[in-house]
Amino acid sequence: MLEVAVEKSLGRFRLDATLTCETSGVVALFGRSGAGKTSLINMIAGLLSPDRGRIAINGTTLYDGDRGIDVKPERRRLGYVFQEGRLFPHLSVRSNLLYGYHRIAAGERHIAPDQVIALLGLERLLARRPRDLSGGEKQRVALGRALLANPRLLLMDEPLAALDGARKDEVLSFIERLRDDLAIPIIYVSHAMPEIVRLADTLVLLSDGRVEAVGAVDELTSRLDLRPLTGRYEAGAVLLAHVAGQDETFALTALDIPGARLLVPRLELPLGAALRVRIRARDVGLALTPPADTSFLNVVPCTLRDIGGEAGPQVDLRLETAGGAALWARITRRSLDTLGLTPGAAVHALIKAVAIDRYSLGRATTGTRFLADEP
Amino acid sequence: MIPITDLEREALGLSLRVAFWSVTCSLPVGLAVAWLLARREFPGKTLFNGVVHLPLVLPPVAVGYLLLLLLGRNGPLGRVLHDAFGITLPFTWQGAALAAAVMAFPLMVRAMRLSLEAVDRRLEAAARTLGAAPAAVFLTVTLPLMTPGILVGALLAFARSLGEFGATITFAANIPGETRTLPMALFSLTQTPGGEAAALRLALLSVALSLAALAVSEIAARRLRARIEG
Repeated sequence: MLEVAVEKSLGRFRLDATLTCETSGVVALFGRSGAGKTSLINMIAGLLSPDRGRIAINGTTLYDGDRGIDVKPERRRLGYVFQEGRLFPHLSVRSNLLYGYHRIAAGERHIAPDQVIALLGLERLLARRPRDLSGGEKQRVALGRALLANPRLLLMDEPLAALDGARKDEVLSFIERLRDDLAIPIIYVSHAMPEIVRLADTLVLLSDGRVEAVGAVDELTSRLDLRPLTGRYEAGAVLLAHVAGQDETFALTALDIPGARLLVPRLELPLGAALRVRIRARDVGLALTPPADTSFLNVVPCTLRDIGGEAGPQVDLRLETAGGAALWARITRRSLDTLGLTPGAAVHALIKAVAIDRYSLGRATTGTRFLADEP
Repeated sequence: MIPITDLEREALGLSLRVAFWSVTCSLPVGLAVAWLLARREFPGKTLFNGVVHLPLVLPPVAVGYLLLLLLGRNGPLGRVLHDAFGITLPFTWQGAALAAAVMAFPLMVRAMRLSLEAVDRRLEAAARTLGAAPAAVFLTVTLPLMTPGILVGALLAFARSLGEFGATITFAANIPGETRTLPMALFSLTQTPGGEAAALRLALLSVALSLAALAVSEIAARRLRARIEG
C-alpha cells in the first residue's frame, strides 16, 4: 500500500498531492511535463523533502512532517531508475551493478547478481565502462543496479524517455520481465500513454501538482471526462480480454471481451489466457445497420453512451457493448450529423485493428516477499 | 652529465622536502575548504573566499610578515605552539613549508573547487538511493570523480612551493641547510661576486624542475580524466 499526502512549494509551482493505492504490480504516475511527476517520485525516494505531509509504503512511514520523521534516502530501500541512467562513469558495469548490493546485509540479499545479469542479458557487458554502452544497455544496467540493491519497490522516472524507438522496445520488454518474473512492485513515471497501457495496472493522473484520479488503467483511460489529461492521439478503450479460440485455417485468434468476440491475427497463447488489448478510437468506425458486404471482421453491436465535447472536425464517442465494455470511436462531426446520432442510439462498431498491449496478465508468484520486507 | 655540486644538491633536496610537506599537509585542508566553497552556503562566505585567495594578491613578503606576527615566538599562536608543544616554526624548514603552503593554497583550492563543482550531483543522489550514506557517497563517487582536479591542484601547489621566495625569506629566512631552498640559494649566488655561472645553473635547474612538475600534472590529469569520463 502506497500512501502519499504531501505539499510542496517549488518557486511558483505548488504540489499538493494525495493518493492511496496498492503497490502490487505497476503503478503509473502520468501527467504532462511540469505536472509534478518527478517531484512526487523524488519525494517518495527521499531526494526532495515535502513542506508537510506524510508518505508511507506498506505501513512503513518514510516521511511524516508532524512527527518529524524523514527517513534518509539510503535507508528507504527504494530502487530508483533515472531517466538518464546515472551510471557511475568511473566504475565498470560490474561495479555499478554491485554498488547497492554490497551495501545491504547478507540476509536481505534475495535477488542475486547472477539472476539479474541473466534476466537483463548483461553477461557480455560486465567488464565494460558505462561510456562504452549504448543508451538501451545503459538503462538495462541501471535497472540491474537498482534491482540488486534489493529494494522494497522500484521507482522509475521516465526510463525510456532518452531512448529511440527500437531501444525503447528493448528496455520496455526487460521492464516487463521484472514485473512478471520477479513480481517487484514498480512506480513508473511517464508521459507516454502507450508505455503505461503496456506496463501498468494502476494509473495515477497528475495535473498541475494535483492528483486528478487514481484507478485501474482500463477504467481511467475510457473516461471521457479525463480525456484532457489522458490525451487524444492514442486515445482508445483498454479492455481485458480472454483467448476464446484459435482459427488454424486463417491464422486468427478469437478474443472475448465483455459482450463481444473479436478476431485478431494469431496469438501464441493458450485458451483462456488473459491479456490486455487496446482499441484506438481512430480505428473504430460506425454504422447504423450491420453492413452486409464488408472486409471488417469485427462488427460489434453497441449503444452510444456519450459524445465528447471537443471542438474541431472530429469527435469522440463512447460506446458500450452488450456486456458493458466501453469502446471509443472517433468520427467526423459531419458523420455525426449525417447519421443523426444521439446518446442511447443503437450502432455497430466497425473495428479496424486491435492493439495488444499486454500478452500476459498472469502474475508470477515468486517475489511476493518484497511486500513483506521491512527495512 | 654535468655533476651537481653539494650546494645544488642541498638546495634541491630541501626544496623538494619543503614542497612535499607543504602539499601533503595542505591537501586535506584544501579539500575541506574547496568543499565549503563549492557546496555550502554560510554567512561570511564571500569574506572567507577572499581570505583564502588573499595570498594570490598580497605581496608575498607581507604574507611572510603576517605569519611572523602570528606565529613568531611572541605571536599569539606562536607562543601557544612553543609553550604547549615545544614547536617553533619561524626560521625552520617546517616554517618554510608552512609559508610555501599558505602561498600555494589558493591555487590548490581553486583547482579542487572547480573539479568538485563539475561533479554531477545527480550521481550522488543515485548513490544515496542505492544505500550509501553521505560519507560513503563522498568517498566512492565524489572523490574519485574529482581526482583529476585534486591532482592538478596538488601539482600546481607543488610547483608553486618549489619557487616560493618572498614569504619564505621573511618568515623562515635564508639559512643554509635549513631553509635555503633553490630560490634562496639562487638569490644568494646573485648577491655574491663571481656567482653568476652557479646562479645560472640553479636557474636552469629550477626551470627543469617546474616544467617537469607541470608536465607530470598535465599528463596525469589527462589520463585520469580519460579513465573516468571517456
